[in-house]
Amino acid sequence: MAQMNMIEAIKDAMRVELKRDPSVVIFGEDVGHVGGVFRATEGLQAEFGENRVFDTPLAESAIGGMAVGLGIQGFRPVAEIQFVGFIFEALDQMFVQAARMRYRSGGRYNAPIVFRTPFGGGVKAAELHTDALEGLAMQTPGLKVIVPSNPYDAKGLLISAIRDNDPVFFMEHLNLYRAFRDEVPEGEYTVPIGKAKVVREGTDVTIIAYGLMVHTALKAADELEKNGVKAEVIDLRTLMPLDIDTIVASIQKTNRAIVVQEAQKSAGAAAEIIAQINEKAILHLEAPVLRCAPPDTVYPFAQIEDQWLPTPARIVKKVNEVLQF
Amino acid sequence: MPGQTLPHVVHSEDVTPLRILSPEGEVINADLMPDLTDEQLKEVMYRMVFTRTWDDRAVNLGRQGRLGFYAPVSGQEGTMVGSEYALTKDDFVCPGYRDMPQIVWHGLPLYQAFLYSRGHQHGGQIPEGVNVLMPQIIIGAQILHATGIAMGFKLKGEKRVAITYTGDGGSSEGDFYEGLNYAGAFKLPAIYFVQNNGYAITTPYAKQTGAQSIAHKALAAGIRGVQVDGMDVLAVIAAVREAAEIARNGGGATLIEGLTYRFRPHSMSDDATKYRTKDEEAEWGLKDPIIRFGKYLESKGLWSEEDTARVREEAKAAVNEHIKKAEQTEKMTIHGLIDSMYENTPQHLEEQKADF
Repeated sequence: MAQMNMIEAIKDAMRVELKRDPSVVIFGEDVGHVGGVFRATEGLQAEFGENRVFDTPLAESAIGGMAVGLGIQGFRPVAEIQFVGFIFEALDQMFVQAARMRYRSGGRYNAPIVFRTPFGGGVKAAELHTDALEGLAMQTPGLKVIVPSNPYDAKGLLISAIRDNDPVFFMEHLNLYRAFRDEVPEGEYTVPIGKAKVVREGTDVTIIAYGLMVHTALKAADELEKNGVKAEVIDLRTLMPLDIDTIVASIQKTNRAIVVQEAQKSAGAAAEIIAQINEKAILHLEAPVLRCAPPDTVYPFAQIEDQWLPTPARIVKKVNEVLQF
Repeated sequence: MPGQTLPHVVHSEDVTPLRILSPEGEVINADLMPDLTDEQLKEVMYRMVFTRTWDDRAVNLGRQGRLGFYAPVSGQEGTMVGSEYALTKDDFVCPGYRDMPQIVWHGLPLYQAFLYSRGHQHGGQIPEGVNVLMPQIIIGAQILHATGIAMGFKLKGEKRVAITYTGDGGSSEGDFYEGLNYAGAFKLPAIYFVQNNGYAITTPYAKQTGAQSIAHKALAAGIRGVQVDGMDVLAVIAAVREAAEIARNGGGATLIEGLTYRFRPHSMSDDATKYRTKDEEAEWGLKDPIIRFGKYLESKGLWSEEDTARVREEAKAAVNEHIKKAEQTEKMTIHGLIDSMYENTPQHLEEQKADF
C-alpha cells in the first residue's frame, strides 16, 4: 500500500499496464517528454521509451484517428485529450469512429481505446477546460463512460478501462487530482466497470452522485445527520453502463432520492437516472426524484463558478424538498 | 514601390501530371514504365473491364431496388484498379465510400460489397487476413485511420504501407490536413491518394481551393506530393509503387493526386446534367482509361475486343452470382445488432431485447 493522490494513482495505473502489456501505447499533446500538463504521465516515456509514450502534434481529431488506426493494428491506445472542452475537435473519431467500430464491422474490428480527459469545476480554469460533458458520451452507443472520485477507484477503473476491448471515455476531475491522498495498493488490481458503490449508508434519502459531487454530497450528508436525517450516498463511478440495481436497492430502503451533478440540469446523467428509477422503482418512491444541478447556462466565468456549482447547502435544501414533499 | 510586396514564400511552379501513355495508348514516357509482365498487364486490364461491367450492372441493380447506396465508379478505373494493384496484400486499404473496387480487389468478396450497399451488417465483416476497412462515409475520417495504421506498422517495424483515398472535395477537410501533417511529423509509411474528378457532388474543384493543385498541399505537411494522370493506369501504378517503396524504406508518406473523371453522376440520386456540360463529358470520354490502356495492349498483341467481350460476360455472371448470394444472406435481427455493440452486452441492452 502507498499513499497516493489521484494523479499519482492514474499514473501508476498506466505504468502497471505499460509494464504488463506491450500493446499499450500512450500519446497526446505534451504527454511524452514532459509527462503531461498535470504530470499524469511523468517519467513514463523515460521508463518505457518513445515508441510506447509519445507526444503528438496539436490536433485532437488526429489523436482520435491515430487511436482508432492503432487499435485496428492490435495496439491498446490510451489517448489523452488535454482538456475536456477540446473533445469537440475529436468527436467524430471518438464518438463516431471508435464507438461504432465493433458494430460497423460486425465484430471483425474493435476499438480497445481509453480516451482520458481532465474536466471539472472549482479550479478557476480558463474557458472550455472544465465543462461536464459526460452526458454527450453517455448518449453515444458503443462508448463506456467512467468518472472516478478517488485515487483507489481511479487506478482500479483505469486498469479495467485499458483492458476493456471497447472504447472508454475516462473523465478525470481537475479538482480531485491533488485534493487528498488515499491508500492505493501497489501493482495491479481492478475495479469493475459498471458497478456503483455505496459510500455512506443511510435510511432516509439516497443521494446519487459522481466525480467531485460525491464529496460535496458527503459534506451535505454530514449536515443532514446533524438534523437527524440519515442520507445514503452512492458514487456511480461508471455512468455507462449505469448500475441501476445499486440505485434501486438503495431506493427500496430509503424511498426518496436526489441526483447531484455538476453538469447543467438538462445535461449530464441525472435525467437518464431518474427515467430508469421511474421504470424500475416507482412504487418505492414517496416523493419525486429531484435534481441538484447548475442552471442551463454555458459553464460560468471563473469569478462566479463557486455560486454556480452545487454546494452542500444546495444539496441539503434539495433533500429537504424531497423529505417534505 | 507600389505593387510590391514583402518577401514571401511562394510555390507556384506549374505541375505537369505524370503520364506514361498518350490518349492514343502510345508510350510517351518509357523511362517511367513500371516493370510488369505480360500476364500482369492483362490482369490489370481484366480488373478494369470487370470493374466497369460491375459498375454498369450495379447502376441497373440500384434502379431495380436490388442495391441500396451506390457511388458510381466508371471513369475512375485507372486510379482505383491501378493504385490497388501497385500494392501487396499485406498493405492496408482505408477507402472512402466510392472506393469499393479497391477493397474488393484487395480481397473483400463481391457479395459483401453488395451487402454493404444494401445496408446489411455482414457487408462490414471483413474476412480475416483481408487488410481493408469498411467504406468510410465521414469524408476525411479514413485519412486519420490510415495514419494510425501506418503508425502501427512503424512501431512494429513492419515494412507495410497504409493507403487511403478521398476525393477533391475531401482535400478541404481538416482531417485531410491533420492526417498528412501527422504523417510528416512521424514520417509514416502512408499513401494519401486523392482522386480528383473535378467535382464534389455539384461543386467544382475551383470552389474547393485556390491551390493550383491538390498535390501542392503536400508542402504544408512536409511530405512528397505527386500529380498523376489518373486516366493512365500505368502512370498510377508507377506513382503508387514508387510511393510504397519509399514508405517501406522509411522515407515517409506521399500525397498522390490522380486527375480523373466519373462518367456517371456522384450518386444514384444526383443529376450531373445540372452542373456539367455535354462537351465536358465528351472530352473526358476520349480519355477513358480502359480505351487508352486497351489500345496499348492491343498494340502489343496482348488484348483484343474478344477479350473484352469475354471479361464482360464473366463479370456479369459474377455479379449475378454475388447479388443472389447477397439476397440470400440471412436477415439481421435487433438482438444481433444489440449483441454487436460491445464485447460483453451490458445489462441495459440485455433488458432492451425484451421489447423485440
